[in-house]
Amino acid sequence: MAGDHDKLPARPGFMGWLNKRLPVDAFLKDHLTDYYAPKNFNFWYFFGSLALLVLVMQLLTGIFLTMHYKVGEMTAFDSVEYIMREVPYGWLLRYLHSTGASAFFIVVYLHMFRAFLYGSYKQPRELLWLFGMVIYLALMAEAFMGYVLPWGNMSFWGAQVIVNLFGTIPVVGPGLVEWIRGDYGIADATLNRFFSLHVVAVPLVLLLLVTLHLVALHEVGSNNPDGVEIKGKKGANGKPLDGIPFHPYYTLKDIVGVGVFLMLFCVVVFFVPTFGGIFLEHANFDMANPMSTPDHIAPVWYFTPFYAILRAVPDQQLGALAMALSLVCLVLVPWLDRSPVKSTRYRGWIWKTALALFVISFIGLGYIGLKAPSPLFTLMGRVFSVMYFAFFVLMPWYTKIDPVKPVPERVTYEKH
Amino acid sequence: MSDHSGAAPHGSPETTGAVDESRRSFLTFATAATGAIGAAFGAVPFIASWSPSERARALGAPIEVDVTKIDPGQMVTLTWRKQAIYVVHRTPEMVAKLAGHDGDLKDPGSASSEQPDYAKNAARAAKDQFLVVIGNCTHLGCLPKTRFEPNQPELGTDWPGGFFCPCHGSKFDMAGRVFNGSPASVNLRIPPYSFSNDSTLVIGKDDVAQGAA
Repeated sequence: MAGDHDKLPARPGFMGWLNKRLPVDAFLKDHLTDYYAPKNFNFWYFFGSLALLVLVMQLLTGIFLTMHYKVGEMTAFDSVEYIMREVPYGWLLRYLHSTGASAFFIVVYLHMFRAFLYGSYKQPRELLWLFGMVIYLALMAEAFMGYVLPWGNMSFWGAQVIVNLFGTIPVVGPGLVEWIRGDYGIADATLNRFFSLHVVAVPLVLLLLVTLHLVALHEVGSNNPDGVEIKGKKGANGKPLDGIPFHPYYTLKDIVGVGVFLMLFCVVVFFVPTFGGIFLEHANFDMANPMSTPDHIAPVWYFTPFYAILRAVPDQQLGALAMALSLVCLVLVPWLDRSPVKSTRYRGWIWKTALALFVISFIGLGYIGLKAPSPLFTLMGRVFSVMYFAFFVLMPWYTKIDPVKPVPERVTYEKH
Repeated sequence: MSDHSGAAPHGSPETTGAVDESRRSFLTFATAATGAIGAAFGAVPFIASWSPSERARALGAPIEVDVTKIDPGQMVTLTWRKQAIYVVHRTPEMVAKLAGHDGDLKDPGSASSEQPDYAKNAARAAKDQFLVVIGNCTHLGCLPKTRFEPNQPELGTDWPGGFFCPCHGSKFDMAGRVFNGSPASVNLRIPPYSFSNDSTLVIGKDDVAQGAA
């Protein structure tokens, strides 16, 4: 990557002065104008840069919300109402932030699906996948704590349910829960520490992890829809024959994606900010009340697949364990997938069926997790949970016997 | 480890000026270990700061209730240590019915459930007519709703009366004992409590002379 800075022509004037002290030109060259990405990227390659856009948007709106929000069990709910009704454009800042949280997960789930579609987690990108998974876990913690801050009744009871999950850990559980809450129940102390973590600690960790994710990506290079390593075929100039410089080619492509994304995003922000109770739940428009549980408690949609797995198990410790394992499975995918082929394009019917069933089970679990418990939903939740785990547990076996097709030497690409 | 380690009389690192690798690795290890121990002690105040504060502990003191104001068949909800405490004045019929469904319960004898010794009996109470439980469901802490009327259609025709948790569907009987098929594994928890006289219930203070934990 770095190291060939001396090849850059010396520039006169201020930039020349600056480059001798800070490698600005060299950095832009290494990571944009001379960073070669496969030329056959498609629709599924929009979501990495979109995730970065949403992260920046969340930081910006979050900073401005913090200027008006007042943490504390007596002030938090009122200050959010104050932001909504009295701060100029406060409603917009808040809806951008709350819609941004859901948009973040939509984009990240599509980004992860892309990895499954084209085997982007496979060797040599295992560490890249691991950084991505840690980002995903940090994002879940960030979103959960952010949802507690408005101190609505769903904030309170959501916090109650999630924090009590740690109580199912044998021996240390009850003490751990009291330590997390800082009181004998979800209280002012809990809200204050979640605020600190949501606004300072986790965003710092996220920025560090995103940097590591990108550094690791630029070290190994992007995968592509054919799953062919473009570094294997280089031209006389030492550049991959199937690669094109990230800037201007993919910066321009991504700007189109940003435009379409922002159009859809704004429709939600301006016309359906609560998304029918899915992005912002109705019970959260009442203030936190420790003496009254909402009739139906469901987490926000992006947690519901895992919540449905928790509910599918008729034992609390095993349920919490199954929920934790459902995330561990995702982390282990690079070592569970034994297929010699990366891309679904060249894999056989067994993989395609397995992937389709996995997507159905994940969406099915997400739907059931939103709904109140009933015998039918419990049964469906169990069936989908078994499908979810079967996808991972049987993966080492079915990816080996899957009838794969020959992978081409070069990426397939049609000129437009 | 080099060949020169140990007590070599000739050509030892000190006389030859060569690098003593074993000495270096020992010093590296010792420095790192000392630093790690220091960091562990340094972490203590940060971790300890998350425990309940002195104020939170003080606000967790015992509370008193006048039970003569609760009519038979009625329940009051109180707050103690940020938890909802259900105090139910059970009718004699409610108490009598407790014996009828042991086969449907996960833990009829409360063997693996949390309660003081004086409430580890058939009625799970120091006095049969008063049930005192922590309202928060033992599954994930929601507040079960009161469903004292028997034979409720959505809870089954053999429903003997009890509590139903709206979050994940756990069911409990009139002694807070959990029914089979519930996600909760153990019965509702019973806090330490005592009666300072015939009409006053003290929650948070044990029946014996010592104070609450």
